[in-house]
Amino acid sequence: MSSLFEEVVEEPAVQVPVKRVSMTVNGARRTADVEPRLLLAHLLRQGFGLTGTHTGCDTSNCGACTVLFDGKAIKSCTMLAVQADGHEVTTVEGLAGPSELHPIQEGFKDEHGLQCGFCTPGMMLAAKALLDENPDPTEDEVRWALSGNLCRCTGYQNIVKSVLWAAKKLQSQQPAG
Amino acid sequence: MYPTRFRYEAPRSIEDAIALLRDGDGEAKVLAGGQSLVPLLKLRFAAPEMLVDINNLPGLDYHRVDPDGTIRVGALCRHADLERSAILAAKQPTMAAAAPLIADPIVRNRGTLVGSLCHADPQGDWAAVVTALGGSVVAQGSAGRRAIPVADFVSGPFQNVLAPDEIAVEAVIPGPTGSPAGGYLKLERRVGDFATVGTAVALELAGGVVTRAGIALTGVGGSTINATDAASALVGGPLTADAIGRAADLAATAAQPRTDHRGSADYKRHIVRTFVERILTRVTREAA
Repeated sequence: MSSLFEEVVEEPAVQVPVKRVSMTVNGARRTADVEPRLLLAHLLRQGFGLTGTHTGCDTSNCGACTVLFDGKAIKSCTMLAVQADGHEVTTVEGLAGPSELHPIQEGFKDEHGLQCGFCTPGMMLAAKALLDENPDPTEDEVRWALSGNLCRCTGYQNIVKSVLWAAKKLQSQQPAG
Repeated sequence: MYPTRFRYEAPRSIEDAIALLRDGDGEAKVLAGGQSLVPLLKLRFAAPEMLVDINNLPGLDYHRVDPDGTIRVGALCRHADLERSAILAAKQPTMAAAAPLIADPIVRNRGTLVGSLCHADPQGDWAAVVTALGGSVVAQGSAGRRAIPVADFVSGPFQNVLAPDEIAVEAVIPGPTGSPAGGYLKLERRVGDFATVGTAVALELAGGVVTRAGIALTGVGGSTINATDAASALVGGPLTADAIGRAADLAATAAQPRTDHRGSADYKRHIVRTFVERILTRVTREAA
């Protein structure tokens, strides 16, 4: 995993013990040897090749790097990879089934919930965390839940519509009674 | 961005954590929610030799109320737990009002109240809330446990009085003798930004008379401001329009705002006055 730090040239090669971490990512067991300072976002992207997790601001402001950590939305640029040892992580790659999109993805497609698409993975995972907890949110509740995710294109209107669309779809899939 | 290299330890017991901090001899930092520390590491404002991650310590994720009304918040209780707390909704209006205003919803899933107090950001929200409530921080170290009033706990911007081998394990809010009332209001440019102005008001009322008052301000000085004169002006009488106006004026006087990109000093002072008035007026309306 030393290749993740290729670009570091100015620092002496201090001997820091590399930690072996194991976690469940999108349902599959993944193991890696990481330096403690490696961020979870970088392990997911460079280590596991899951580049759907975007690093936007890299300062905990924008939410593009949002993933689910044991089912809760967190900013993966603000967590160390070693902290995920033994935990469960869901990235945007874990949303869709083998043959069909997740209703949240369908919602973003149907309601034009994205333009450039950079913030979309984070938006969708924040939306998933919301709908898992509150399957029938109001528009205000959707806006509140997404307030940690920034979008510079859409003005948010269609993102909110997409999430409400997904909520309806998910509810219609629930068995009656 | 990535931090400088450090040694990482994730102990399973508080005793092991304290032993590691003792070994660290001032060069080790405790990692709890990490929502302030990790950004600081990435920006390289902080470069500790060792991080002691306390997330695996058992039994610190609680918040509860004792029979005497004392509220206790463990070091791993997240802001989101407090935001959804039935205990706070029923028992502690100032904390209940503040919890949903901390950072943004995703940060609230990780960040902790106790960590926020330790971080001692002059623009932090919880320090003002806990100051207004007269709360304290319980530290545990090699020498045992001690409770430190939050006013003494914060020794300056981003500084606290913890010894190198001490961990802040709990925040304690003393039980009220009257019925608790109050609130927290925050002006921010957008969700997740630092407070332009934050105002915490914590009262206890008995028979329409204020028996205890605390008012604390964030974002308008080099550290959290305990507006004691403003609070004293309320104690011993009912919440009349006159008393509210006087307290709001005194709180605005206590503020030491500076003009910056978030607003002029006069503007921020005006907001302090407005917030104190608004919270207190709401209390009178709810009591009626």
